[in-house]
Amino acid sequence: MAKHSPDDDLLFKALADPSRRKLLDQLHAHDGQTLGQLCEHLNMTRQGVTQHLDVLEAANLVATVRSGREKLHFLNPVPLQQIYERWIAKFEKPRLKALADLKRKLEKSHG
Amino acid sequence: MANSTFLYVTYIRTTPQKLWSALTDPEFMKQYWFGMHCESAFSTGSSWKLVNDSGEVWDSGEIVESDPPRRLVIRWTHQMRPELKAEGASLCTMELEPVEQAVKLTITHSVEREGSKLVEAVSGGWPKILSNLKSLLETGAIALDEPYRKPK
Repeated sequence: MAKHSPDDDLLFKALADPSRRKLLDQLHAHDGQTLGQLCEHLNMTRQGVTQHLDVLEAANLVATVRSGREKLHFLNPVPLQQIYERWIAKFEKPRLKALADLKRKLEKSHG
Repeated sequence: MANSTFLYVTYIRTTPQKLWSALTDPEFMKQYWFGMHCESAFSTGSSWKLVNDSGEVWDSGEIVESDPPRRLVIRWTHQMRPELKAEGASLCTMELEPVEQAVKLTITHSVEREGSKLVEAVSGGWPKILSNLKSLLETGAIALDEPYRKPK
């Protein structure tokens, strides 16, 4: 079994908040936004949005790049891929295998 | 913004030298890049190709900047799908930065056009490749082994 990773705790905590998930959706729709642009769509203070972005950045779900005087926020999908592999794909596999076995058996009996 | 950019960041518990060699060694690359590998001398100005296990060239271009083990910039043009090839060259920048016991790997892939299909196509691949690379360097085994699907 995989070791407990403190990175996973940061990740799941970051995802366990509707405003932060909304920020991720906004970046998914339009990547590379400034703080000002992100604030336009949220009913929240600039300071509140900054705090949420800090949590997302600590979990590596958001990465920032400086472009001149602006700081652009990007959605970083790599940790989500890791969650998928660790917590979703593993549990799907036996069911997918059962379906594949069934298909093979049925096709064989009709061959 | 008048361009399409995707950014990928992963922290890998390894050294910059090991990560650089993982990013540039064709045999090592095949293990985490679903059988694909790069052919290049990886020095500034040298040519670069991304090739599958049957020798088909998927992408090609040149090394714009090489500063081992810190920074690699590739001018990257897709070759298999005509609509993606038509978009011309994209720029892929890999930056390696030591952070505590790990190396922060940042990959930026961009094209000077809005709504790029090329950047959208690579955006599906990079997270899986980086996730595999991280697993391979940290645990010695990859997480996924599905092959790349051929274009229709």
